[in-house]
Amino acid sequence: MAARALINVPPKAKRGEVIGIKSLISHEMETGFRPNATGQLIPRNIIKEFVCTYNGVEVFRAEFFPSVSANPFVSFTTLATESGTITMTWSGDNGFFATESVAITVE
Amino acid sequence: MRAWRIAAALAIVGAAFPAIAEIPTAERKSGYDFMSRESRAMQDDDTANAGMLWVLDGETLWNRHVAAEKSCADCHGDARTSMKGVAARYPAFSPALGRPVNLEQRINICRTDRQQAKPFAYESKDLLALTAFVGRQSRGIPIAVADDAQTRTFIDSGREAFTRRQGQLNLSCAQCHDDNWSGRLAGNSVTQGQPTGYPIYRLEWQNLGSLQRRLRNCLTGVRAVVPALGAQELVELELFLMWRARGMPLETPGVRP
Repeated sequence: MAARALINVPPKAKRGEVIGIKSLISHEMETGFRPNATGQLIPRNIIKEFVCTYNGVEVFRAEFFPSVSANPFVSFTTLATESGTITMTWSGDNGFFATESVAITVE
Repeated sequence: MRAWRIAAALAIVGAAFPAIAEIPTAERKSGYDFMSRESRAMQDDDTANAGMLWVLDGETLWNRHVAAEKSCADCHGDARTSMKGVAARYPAFSPALGRPVNLEQRINICRTDRQQAKPFAYESKDLLALTAFVGRQSRGIPIAVADDAQTRTFIDSGREAFTRRQGQLNLSCAQCHDDNWSGRLAGNSVTQGQPTGYPIYRLEWQNLGSLQRRLRNCLTGVRAVVPALGAQELVELELFLMWRARGMPLETPGVRP
């Protein structure tokens, strides 16, 4: 099944308010350091980058490494400036790419 | 004559289960109550609870047609109503098999008998997803496994397994989870072993896992012979644990450290 993502952005906010954003995505985050049953290393398969944009402007970026847990959960804050769309993208090994968007109304 | 028989039966029962201090109802605590504030917050928020990723996958499977056969939804309809409270009643006695089956086994019975499909492997992502989805519909509902004559025999077998010393460490489940649940083991809470949130997203596993996986963990810990996934002994232990937790609300999918 394709990657599942759960994101939590308040649907409404006041202008200038600090809003909390939470994101969770299903990914095994295979480190590349673990051997399989025959002693061969399981190839690394991780998400390498997470980016959040607010109306096209980047507000948060994170680099992920092999020590990040499976199904990474990222929580951060930003300033509510105007109504629009908050978009999150995850990209990584083996051409992994996932994106989620949510609308926010700022009054 | 009859009174004597009952007295003899009681004496035998008394000998088989010597002085086990069962946890009084008022003192029962879910694993949730032993967790840190941060772990509780993860479970409480459906967008932070990683178990919800499996619940969403389970919903897809619920509506998916298996080859030319029916989907779960074709027979059971909307799971929000049809599956409400179901997980709180499992494991349940199956008259066809003459023994109790847990929720995972019940789902696989439906798959083989009604959908003419291959059963899911135990602990596979798909089986965990469907179990979590069905379990989610009973969140907040008090655990209530049957306590009738035919189920009673298996509850007693489960109790026997719970109180039997086993493994190289020669420990019974009850010695930790009835007698020393307020203590700590290697920095972790011992807990009462109440099966309130299964399948759980365990942070240590970085994965969703069934109650049987957790039981096998504990059995490995005391260095006992570990039954295979789906073994009758583990189902009986599950049944006893659910009976022991009767009345406690289900939290599926739970988050545990």
